[in-house]
Amino acid sequence: MTETPASQVEQLKLKERLAKLRDLPLLRGVGVSGEMSRLKRQLDRIGSEPTEDEVWQAVELARHQERPYTLDYVERMCEDFVEIHGDRSFSDDPAIVAGLARFGRRTIVLVGHQKGRDIRERTHRNFGMTYPEGYRKAMRAMELADRHGFPFVTLVDTPGAYPGVTAEQHGQGGWIARCQLAMVRLGVPSVTCVIGEGGSGGAVAIAVADRVLMQENAIYSVISPEGCAAILWRDAGEAKKAAAAFKPDARHCLELGVIDGIVPEPAGGAHTSHDEAAALLADALEGSLAEVGVTDPDDRRRQRRRRFRSLGIYLD
Amino acid sequence: MARMESRVDVTVENREAARADDGKRHPNTCPRCHSHFRDDELEQTLRVCSQCGHHFSVRARERIAQLADRGTFVEEDKGLRSADPLGFFDLRAYTDRLAEAEVATGLGDAVIAGAAAIERRPCELAVMDFAFMGGSMGSTVGEKFARACERAAGRQVPLVCVTASGGARMQEGILSLMQLPKTVCAVDELHEARCAFISVMTHPTTAGVLASFASLGDVIVSEPGALLAFTGPRVVQQTTREKLPDDFGLAESNARFGHVDAIVPRAELRPFVGRLLAMFVQAQ
Repeated sequence: MTETPASQVEQLKLKERLAKLRDLPLLRGVGVSGEMSRLKRQLDRIGSEPTEDEVWQAVELARHQERPYTLDYVERMCEDFVEIHGDRSFSDDPAIVAGLARFGRRTIVLVGHQKGRDIRERTHRNFGMTYPEGYRKAMRAMELADRHGFPFVTLVDTPGAYPGVTAEQHGQGGWIARCQLAMVRLGVPSVTCVIGEGGSGGAVAIAVADRVLMQENAIYSVISPEGCAAILWRDAGEAKKAAAAFKPDARHCLELGVIDGIVPEPAGGAHTSHDEAAALLADALEGSLAEVGVTDPDDRRRQRRRRFRSLGIYLD
Repeated sequence: MARMESRVDVTVENREAARADDGKRHPNTCPRCHSHFRDDELEQTLRVCSQCGHHFSVRARERIAQLADRGTFVEEDKGLRSADPLGFFDLRAYTDRLAEAEVATGLGDAVIAGAAAIERRPCELAVMDFAFMGGSMGSTVGEKFARACERAAGRQVPLVCVTASGGARMQEGILSLMQLPKTVCAVDELHEARCAFISVMTHPTTAGVLASFASLGDVIVSEPGALLAFTGPRVVQQTTREKLPDDFGLAESNARFGHVDAIVPRAELRPFVGRLLAMFVQAQ
């Protein structure tokens, strides 16, 4: 009986992946040097391809009941925070918080999805599922940042935009589109971090930033694992399999060039120490803001567009 | 929560259940009045039921023939094909589904784009085809749309886009979600070049496509009876257990709530788009 040593199998898998990655026309549109550094970073990551269990662990940690939410971070990262309310046309959406914050001795505008801790707050916050009003509030915050030259920071943590009748009647799809457009057009530096669930259109509406980060155990995906399993496997119970197939974890997102960096969490996950998680997040945001730096607003817009324009893998 | 419930407009019972036999219906039988037509009859009426006015769905090539002046359409990016970046496998491999869709539809992916003229006005025309994996948007669809925007900007002509899509293509995972901001960025470039964008939403325009470029048209036109919704009626009903209004998500309801500029019957679509193009030519 011949036994293939585990390491050899690993190596074979790695080689296969490398070959596949080289075959694909990766990251077109990016300058050669940028492409090389991204490719290198991607290749560095390949050695540690997450397993099905690891992906599922991220899904569970991203939804952990004790995981810090936007306001938990704001409280720990910012010296002061003044929340703004309302979309100035109809209502205030508690599923999104927005406001002016003092962060690292400067004023920033911060927007984030907000979930609730107990059942009362959870229903009040609508489980972090946004109505069009929420995106309009976010757009107001963007205008505010743009007008006064404040850096714009968003924290993403939503299962998705709310799938309800009134949300549809108020133009859910259209406002998600316009919110993205408003964020693309910002003349000030912007940084996004996915801090829990980055659920589909509801997430990407406020995630079109110069730098997009993800916490180690956050997920970012086009559909929930349950939704994907229900459609493709015709069984929501196959969520774990679905998650492994569409790879919503941070390492895969980095590999695909969707995010620019992974923010570490305390050992065991962000829920184990909110203070430590907030300190790590603050460091990462600070670093990204410094990296983005100050440029001409038109240049910034163009660079941002280039970043998103280059996303996708296809055969030409 | 009281806030959302108080705003629900519950008037008429949803009739979705009565259409349980949808799957077995012949494609040439009208789902509304059950009239049956030969292929050539439907072609002549632009695939509109001559009895009740129901708009059957139109494949991309036929749509181009209906809209563009004869012989003016020059397809671009014909060779673009979807890759399988995740090695995606559900009950079947993504690559198998792609191959099958290509054989079944004769298309490389769910959108065709190129230069065209409508009523003698030059434009860039992009048309989606629902028959190709539900018109879903993966990297290829996003790229083809973005390139169409760039060509329109380069040639200084308006972009006309006809959408029909179930949303983002799940099999490409997060990369398909990234096509939302990508196409939004492409529209922003179009804006910067001061080129007009006319978005024609046909049945169905939902989820990721509605939540990105389709909603960003300078003018948004829709066909009668088209479903235009971020979340479709079945999912809304399942997740919220709300009773849906009878016209939930339809073009008419969208017009009532102010999300589309005009509902134009198919027979009038070409002259209507032609008139719009003439407006924008004058502006330049």
